[in-house]
Amino acid sequence: MHIMEGFLPHPWWEIWFALSLPVVAYGIYKMNNVIKENRETLPLLAVAGAFIFVISSLKLPSVTGSCSHPTGTGIGAILFGPAITSVLSVVVLIYQAVFLAHGGITTLGANVFSMGIVGPVVGYLIYKSCAKYGMLFGAFLAGALSDWATYAVTSIQLALAYPAATGGVLASFKAFLAIFSVTQIPLAIVEGVVTALMFKYILQMRSDVLVRLNVLSERESLKLKEAWA
Amino acid sequence: MKIETITVAVIAAFIALFAYTSMTGEHEWGGADDQPEAVLQKMTNEGFEPWFHSIWTPPSAEIESLLFVLQAAIGSIIIGYFLGYYRAMAKMKSAAARMDEEGKSNA
Repeated sequence: MHIMEGFLPHPWWEIWFALSLPVVAYGIYKMNNVIKENRETLPLLAVAGAFIFVISSLKLPSVTGSCSHPTGTGIGAILFGPAITSVLSVVVLIYQAVFLAHGGITTLGANVFSMGIVGPVVGYLIYKSCAKYGMLFGAFLAGALSDWATYAVTSIQLALAYPAATGGVLASFKAFLAIFSVTQIPLAIVEGVVTALMFKYILQMRSDVLVRLNVLSERESLKLKEAWA
Repeated sequence: MKIETITVAVIAAFIALFAYTSMTGEHEWGGADDQPEAVLQKMTNEGFEPWFHSIWTPPSAEIESLLFVLQAAIGSIIIGYFLGYYRAMAKMKSAAARMDEEGKSNA
């Protein structure tokens, strides 16, 4: 999902910065509030960020004979929502742009938009609507679909900047999506499962903090405690 | 079924898929993130040139993998530290509660 340094021409790189900046700014504001209200959330915030660090560093081989990486934003999206997750992803994307020449500073806005905003928004909404069928199932879908959505957005971003001579944006979108879509399916499934596993451990150990973060209701938390007692 | 079992099964299937793909064809296993460049070159008849280049690029594949591993290691240590801390806390709490109860029943 990383659009490489210098790949997005004017005005596109500015547009994606303009769209991402307010979300990240709101995320920083919200993050400060959450920590101030409840110091107990700080370790979970660190874990959500660390999860993105680990998961997005893994370049995995896929069925298409190329390698790609998952994003790891599912946990952050479920626990803290998309805005705070966008801040976490900024940290990872800057690390990769500066030290690894993976992604870029000029394309940071676009990459934050796909990985830090749209992916987590999708994950958050999916979890909210599917958790009633099982929290871990919801976490699985949130992890898998936030991953896939991120790559779909990358394809849209490239297509908008480089419409094909014949067929325009749509033809170009298809060409870019072809790179990512199939490659990403097995990776998204693995990411979904690992996200669900991680979420299970957080549920088991800190359901009290999750209640305060409004991820769980008091009743759900008690039910979980009985089930795992 | 336990999520741990499912995770192991999915990862095993993933490895099997990799083995199968490797054996049934020649692949470069290059990064998908690098492939849009080829599409762009084709679209522009080899005329595509990024307008800005990375300020610093890892001087070798070894150094690049070092920095990727560092990223994973930093993340892993944070996750391991807090999950271990939470687990020990929960254990100590339940042990303290048990001792409390024993104290009451002895009194």
